[in-house]
Amino acid sequence: MSGEVLTSADYISHHLQNLTFGQHPDGSWGIAHGAEAASEMGFWAFHVDTLGFSIGLGVMFLYIFHRVAKQATADAPSGLQNFAEWVVEFIEDTVKGSFSGRNPLIAPLAFTIFIWIFLMNFMDLIAVDFLPHLAGMIGIPYLRVVPTADPNATLGMAFGVFFLILYYSFKIKGPGGFFSELAFQPFGKLGLPVNLLLEGVNLIAKPISLALRLFGNMYAGEMIFILIAIMYSGGLVLGAFGGLLQIGWAIFHILIITLQAFIFMTLTIVYLDMASQEHH
Amino acid sequence: MNINATLIGQAIAFFLFVVFCMKYVWPPILHALEERKKKIADGLAAAEHGKHSQLLAEDRAKDLLRKAKEQAGEIITRADKRAAEIVDEAKDDARAEGGRMLTAAKAEIDQEVNRVKEDLRGQVVAIAMAGAGKVLGREVDETTHAELMDKLAAEI
Repeated sequence: MSGEVLTSADYISHHLQNLTFGQHPDGSWGIAHGAEAASEMGFWAFHVDTLGFSIGLGVMFLYIFHRVAKQATADAPSGLQNFAEWVVEFIEDTVKGSFSGRNPLIAPLAFTIFIWIFLMNFMDLIAVDFLPHLAGMIGIPYLRVVPTADPNATLGMAFGVFFLILYYSFKIKGPGGFFSELAFQPFGKLGLPVNLLLEGVNLIAKPISLALRLFGNMYAGEMIFILIAIMYSGGLVLGAFGGLLQIGWAIFHILIITLQAFIFMTLTIVYLDMASQEHH
Repeated sequence: MNINATLIGQAIAFFLFVVFCMKYVWPPILHALEERKKKIADGLAAAEHGKHSQLLAEDRAKDLLRKAKEQAGEIITRADKRAAEIVDEAKDDARAEGGRMLTAAKAEIDQEVNRVKEDLRGQVVAIAMAGAGKVLGREVDETTHAELMDKLAAEI
């Protein structure tokens, strides 16, 4: 870009920098240039690229499925409705298999999680330099296209799930029931402090593991794509080899992005099932 | 890689998407699926029902056919019997008619015989009269001797 020579380290760190909008230390609001500037903005800053891509993908998928839902008929389904029904049935089966109670929220929640995370993960399959380069041409300095490779996105969703876990725990077990589940297991009433510690960690670990598993997988996948992309600057032979590697990794990655979306969804269902069960 | 307010924005977006999906996307699709399931089940039930009633109708048709055949056989038997009766009656009639005609013919013959006898008697009387006249030599007065002649004719 603009003639300067980029080292590999620069290239990688540039790729890992979100487009951050926040308050500069001098009081003005704007886009952060560089990692230090972004971290100086503190908590009240937004990753515009993460939010933009995730919300854009979410709106797109909901729009498409909403259009299908409006026209859905019980007669012979056509094209898109077929696909939507296939997905809906798949989710419905999974929810029925894992969730023992009856809750109208669970299936749409699982559906949204699965499709949304899959689409966000899917952004990983677009060549790493393609969208950032296009953005650079119109003057956007940084762009990370995979929202799920940003821990903010995965943590945000995991906290949403965590909130639901707490909500249903309180609603179905009652505050007393929920507390006794945390305090009187697994060692009985005498081991109350130990129980609280163990169960507390157990509870907190749910959203954290949910978020970090997805983030870690996507981050690692993105990193490998970036590393492969570096090979393109290493001459013809290395570049051709890099091309092969990229195709191979992309094919393998299709499996990973689907699997991670599925795992996030299934664990959400299982956690909510545990939160909704009255007795142990 | 900083943790910042993006997290909150993402959580809010997540919440809104789930609510939208729960209200406007999931129920209609699921409803369509349920409806189709019901439709198919109904269709299968109707097909089963149709098959059943077809079997019943076939049974009934067989029954009717059997009855019709029985009736037809009965009618044929009765017709045969009646035909035989008619033939017998016709024979009887013919025999009776023949007898009557024979009697009439006999009566006619008798009549004819009587007439011829009467005729012959008259002629014999005339011949006898002529003979007697010749024998007596004179004309027998027919008018005066008519009584006598009639007596003679009755005797012959």
